[in-house]
Amino acid sequence: MSFERIKEKLNILADAAKYDVSCSSSGSNRANKNKGLGDATGMGICHTYTEDGRCVSLLKILLTNHCIFDCAYCVTRKSNDIKRAAFKVQEVVDLTINFYRRNYIEGLFLSSGIFKNADYTMERLVSVAKKLRLEENFNGYIHLKSIPGASDELMREAGLYADRLSVNIEIPTKEGLKRLAPDKNREDFIKPMKKVKNEIIQYKAEKKIIRSTPKYAPAGQSTQMIIGASGENDYQIMTASNFFYKKFNLKRVYYSGYVPISYDSRLPQIGTEVPMLRENRLYQTDWLMRFYGFHVNEIVNETHQHLDLDIDPKLSWALRNIHEFPVDVNRADKRMLARVPGLGMKSVYKILHARKFRQLNWEHLKRLGVALNRAQYFIVCNSNVYERRDLEPTKIKGLILQNSKSKFRKATSSQLNLFG
Amino acid sequence: MQKVLVYDGSFEGFLSVVFKVYEEKLLQVDIQKTGNVQASFFGDSEEVITDKAHADRVWNGLKKKLTSFGRNQIYYSFLSEISSVENTLLDYIQQVFKSKENIEKDFSNVTVLKLSKITKSVGREKHRMEAFVRFKLTKDNLYFANIEPDFNVLPLIAKHFKSRYADQKWVIYDIKRNFGLYYNLENVETIVMDFPKEFDFTKTSEDFFADAELEFQELWQNYFKSTNIESRKNMLLHVRHVPKRYWKYLSEKQPF
Repeated sequence: MSFERIKEKLNILADAAKYDVSCSSSGSNRANKNKGLGDATGMGICHTYTEDGRCVSLLKILLTNHCIFDCAYCVTRKSNDIKRAAFKVQEVVDLTINFYRRNYIEGLFLSSGIFKNADYTMERLVSVAKKLRLEENFNGYIHLKSIPGASDELMREAGLYADRLSVNIEIPTKEGLKRLAPDKNREDFIKPMKKVKNEIIQYKAEKKIIRSTPKYAPAGQSTQMIIGASGENDYQIMTASNFFYKKFNLKRVYYSGYVPISYDSRLPQIGTEVPMLRENRLYQTDWLMRFYGFHVNEIVNETHQHLDLDIDPKLSWALRNIHEFPVDVNRADKRMLARVPGLGMKSVYKILHARKFRQLNWEHLKRLGVALNRAQYFIVCNSNVYERRDLEPTKIKGLILQNSKSKFRKATSSQLNLFG
Repeated sequence: MQKVLVYDGSFEGFLSVVFKVYEEKLLQVDIQKTGNVQASFFGDSEEVITDKAHADRVWNGLKKKLTSFGRNQIYYSFLSEISSVENTLLDYIQQVFKSKENIEKDFSNVTVLKLSKITKSVGREKHRMEAFVRFKLTKDNLYFANIEPDFNVLPLIAKHFKSRYADQKWVIYDIKRNFGLYYNLENVETIVMDFPKEFDFTKTSEDFFADAELEFQELWQNYFKSTNIESRKNMLLHVRHVPKRYWKYLSEKQPF
């Protein structure tokens, strides 16, 4: 292959793919087969991190950035005057294999602009994955984008070669989508997602009966929403997210703070700050839903439509529900321990084990790594010393903010000034 | 009076020391590696010969008291090579044998917590090496990588690389400890190599490496730059994930 030409294509098509934030390479169970190349059984590995601090786990590229659609929020949109390029199927295969052999990556994340039509595009994506699996005996991780509107038959085939499939919702509400991506409709996103969900269920059921049933998208499906492009509030975003987790058994929903790339008047202008703090709060909420046993409406609901920026969503919930505290760390169940601000799931795990041996006191908790600056107002332990004052939630919040250093302090103070 | 027990630095050697402590009912000991022995004016020192049968007896005894979680804590902590970690391990092992219950998850016990922290650091270093190894293709069609891990994690990563790169010959060499792993398409051997004087571990000399090697490094560097989002730049976070001491062997960070 011509090195200079490949280099140019790689630069264009990696640059265009970078707004897709997923780079996960975990959750699959594809083992090395017949002494081939690669293994995707372990936990994900970030082989490096970009200067923006994001994990680089996969070779994330577009097959092409030619696109027939004109979605306002997308750099690859038809009306944008940018350099266009397209990889040949074999070029992507060669790059993936050579990067993988050098331990640069865990595998490939292949997406594409939509050229000609949905099926034509999806077919090319599938053929890359197929070639990697069947001709190169490649057992690394493959994440393919499901192209909105692709046929059921192609989606079925895609899942046989890919570990993960994803289709990006991008805009959390129907109305927003209509305004910013008039060529697309929600049904086209939903269709491949539904097909993949049903296939996963079916293949799993068959595998229980016939062991030789092939794997189908073993790392499941994910999606992504753009944050701060179309005016949705956190309640709308998390409700949409919860809907997709529940309805389509998604493994992950990603939240991508909108990076302004256009002078389109429907969107935040170039130079507007990327809402990274808000994005972080949404991820925290997502974690509370998935790992901490919270229901989405406990965090955001009709009366609390916006997440606090200055404190994390768990602390915010605790302050609104102060009647649930204090919690006795030596007696409380796992569910309630997980709800204490300052206790992560790792601390909860350690507490549950450690308290079998002795009653825990403040010194123990501190050594275990509990964030006492937050937790102290919400727990009692084996000690006579504890917070006896009947503090108002606003007072507790003040004390915590005063005694903690947030990496976002600068961001919160400037964002809060807007309202101040 | 304190007795200094000197062993050869191997894990079996260490377990042989533990055996001796029990056999001779020694009360106050200080375990040290050969070559690292600090002069002691107050105790006598004795060399302990590594004995596989003794080591196995201790290990099998631990199997009855601990799950693989606890045994991993012992092995990982041993590989940390932290000064006098052997004494902490002896303390831990004595508590394990003394207690009726399995104490491996007694996180409010100072020794258990200490080992669990060391284990975490070693585990993190292991994971980093699985991520930061950068193979370069040599003229002999061998994928070569050199590392300088903080802890002695080579024994821990062999399996990972063997199951992943089953169809290519590779070497991962620890230049700090001067030994490496060589996979010959069948199994992984431990090797010691002599490098030519002019060999620069941070460079990719055309004398040793395949012609296409530098091209792929350049493609990787280009990819690394293109996939970054400038308006989200956050060097603090970047350096926390990829600490500077690892940069010199990472191809995407060249020229260093």
